[in-house]
Amino acid sequence: MPTKIEKDSITGQETTGHEWDGLKELNTPLPKWWLYTFYATILFAAVWVVLYPAIPVQGWTGLTGWTARGALPAQMDAERARQAPMLARLREVSAEQIAADPELRGFALAGGRVGFANNCAGCHGAGGQGASGGFPSLADDDWLWGGSFEAIHTTISHGVRAGESDEERGIAMPAFLATGMLTQAQINDTADFVLSLSGRSADPAAVTRGRELYAENCASCHGDGGEGNRDMGAPRLNDQIWLYGGDRASVVRSIAYSRAGVMPAWRGRLDPAMINMITVYVHALGGGE
Amino acid sequence: MNQIAPERPKVDKKPEPSLYASHQKVQPRAVKGRVRNIKWAVLVVLLALYYVVPWFRWDRGPGVPDQAVLVDISHARLFFLWIELWPQEVYFLTGALVLGAIGLFAVTSLYGRLWCGFTCPQTVWTDLFMWVERRIEGDRNARIKLDQGAKDGRWWKLKLSKHAAWLFIAMATGGAWIMYFNDAPTVTWAMLTGQASLTVYGFFALFTATTYVLAGAAREQVCTYMCPWPRFQGAMLDDNSLVVTYRDWRGEPRGKPDAAHGDCVDCKACVHVCPTGIDIRDGQQLECIGCGLCVDACDDVMAKLGRDKGLIAFETLKNLAASQAAVAGMAPGPARNAAGMAARVPQKKIRPRTLIYAGVIMGVVALMLGAWMLRATLTLSVERDRAPLFVQLSDGGIRNGYTLKLANKTRGEDLHLALVLDGPQGLSLTVQDAMEDAAGRPILTTRDDGITQWRALVTAPPGLRLRDSTPITFRLVDGSGRTLVTQHSAFMGPRR
Ligand code: SF4
Ligand code: SF4
Repeated sequence: MPTKIEKDSITGQETTGHEWDGLKELNTPLPKWWLYTFYATILFAAVWVVLYPAIPVQGWTGLTGWTARGALPAQMDAERARQAPMLARLREVSAEQIAADPELRGFALAGGRVGFANNCAGCHGAGGQGASGGFPSLADDDWLWGGSFEAIHTTISHGVRAGESDEERGIAMPAFLATGMLTQAQINDTADFVLSLSGRSADPAAVTRGRELYAENCASCHGDGGEGNRDMGAPRLNDQIWLYGGDRASVVRSIAYSRAGVMPAWRGRLDPAMINMITVYVHALGGGE
Repeated sequence: MNQIAPERPKVDKKPEPSLYASHQKVQPRAVKGRVRNIKWAVLVVLLALYYVVPWFRWDRGPGVPDQAVLVDISHARLFFLWIELWPQEVYFLTGALVLGAIGLFAVTSLYGRLWCGFTCPQTVWTDLFMWVERRIEGDRNARIKLDQGAKDGRWWKLKLSKHAAWLFIAMATGGAWIMYFNDAPTVTWAMLTGQASLTVYGFFALFTATTYVLAGAAREQVCTYMCPWPRFQGAMLDDNSLVVTYRDWRGEPRGKPDAAHGDCVDCKACVHVCPTGIDIRDGQQLECIGCGLCVDACDDVMAKLGRDKGLIAFETLKNLAASQAAVAGMAPGPARNAAGMAARVPQKKIRPRTLIYAGVIMGVVALMLGAWMLRATLTLSVERDRAPLFVQLSDGGIRNGYTLKLANKTRGEDLHLALVLDGPQGLSLTVQDAMEDAAGRPILTTRDDGITQWRALVTAPPGLRLRDSTPITFRLVDGSGRTLVTQHSAFMGPRR
């Protein structure tokens, strides 16, 4: 820093005292308004730092105590309040009535999509496509317990074999080998007959033998022709959809050790409005009846 | 390229301004004349348009403001009279901006800085602010005296009233800007009664502040320091463009109105009226916005002296050079003036650059017109389900799900259109919650200026053997069997 302010002889301007190859740098300050704007931004920043949590130190929230996390409940409340009237209506009516009302239906489809993604997609897949190992597809035309609005609503509410209620969706298939009801040979024959129900290749002699075994042991639940029984959640055996696999080994295994998928009951865990919304959404996936 | 005038006769030029000079306040004097009248007229028309346009009504039906010109942020629509643009059509806006830019280039190459001097908002509002200043503080000399004098009661009174008036205009300007983005009557009432949103008041404050600062304080500094346009407009000008020019061949040498001197009496009227504070007699300068006020000022002086007008004029540099060459060596006086004027030729308007600009303008106009004619007011988008890719049905058939979005960009009657599927024989189509027409085809209904969404299912029966991906097409057909929209998609199945 020069101790004495030096003036440039040609322009009369002050110099900064810096010299480079004999050239002196002139001191040409910014216009005042520029400087004041600059100072104002500094002041703004200083105030901001004091008021808001701008310092990355544990526990420092600034004088206002504002945090993004802290602001969330208020935003959530506002959003809930906004949705409240709609949700109240969704709670009162049946899923079927929701589907008939375009406004409710649009809301339910949007809400149901989110609810499905949060609660159901883990087992049934993001688009309801199901997963191997006993997680049924919700987009096809096959329903174990029925595909009407009402049936879907009941399944979601009470789950399947959830132990939540004795009457609802609690029935399970016996394990014919494990309980000694059938021998391995009989089970093999029954399996051949079951395969023949849906036109799959099977040994004709075994089919003949299996026909009677099926009539005695299986028809009461799965129907004489394998048409299934929704009251009991007994799957159709005469179609092309096989929850646990339609090859011979899988069918044999199903008869020998039984199959019984479990789904939690959502009543009590989810808002009735949400169950309604998910019902409407699942119904719209493609398999609704 | 830009052939600038040859070596000029010795001009009584002041020394180059120092690059380090601090800012001098410019105190322009009032001026009367032809150019000034044109500028007043332009100012009145532009301001009237600015303040009145948002109030024009246009019947748009229910749900949206009936405003003729509106940038409707909440509905993501741009309304301009009968034109309504959706967000995906902003390229029309881009086209309009390109047209504006090229149009500006074309006008500049022909007539110089007409935009800067006459229509630029900075010029218009600064002119308005200066007019107010003059009404309150008086003309140039009175203002200079006021600024140099003591800050007494009169000083405070004048300054306060001036700034109050400026602030009022700035608020009216900022307020009117808000109306282009909101329904004008509603937002005006809300702003006046204190019920407008914080956003509205925020922008109102912002535009008020910018108007006040830019037109009140910054003025010519915006043109010389902040605006990029003067920096590159030199590329649009050539020596056939009209620019404000001092005819130095006629004016020099300056001095007393006698036979020994040229026509310029060095009265400095041209300098005193200049809103950017320059001396046009020094030649072409970046700071000159081409407002032509110096033309009026000098014409006034010439008239009083009984001499021909046009010592400062809108003139091409080519003619300036021609006149200079013609009068070389001649003594000042009417003979020299006549010779100089006689050497001029009419402005050459058709030049490569003007042709190119005209070509580009016509090209862009044609493109935009074409795009406008081909603009689909009805669009169908088809999203095929990804999970599951396809669904195995109990009878062995295969089904695919599709989400259809039908956008209708017009207002009026809802359309009821039949959805038709073109693809391999045997594929069947259903649409959830859709009515069907007599032929059993699903009917999709449009919504006024909105989107309707549908879920379509396409099924292949068990016997139909398709490849794993089969092209299919959805068509929307109106009552008379005309296809309005076509959209291609695919039908997926298991790998065979
Ligand atoms: S107004 Fe005309 S006469 Fe007066 S100084 Fe300017 S050019 Fe010369
Ligand atoms: S020199 Fe003349 S035309 Fe240029 S800005 Fe000044 S008054 Fe306007």
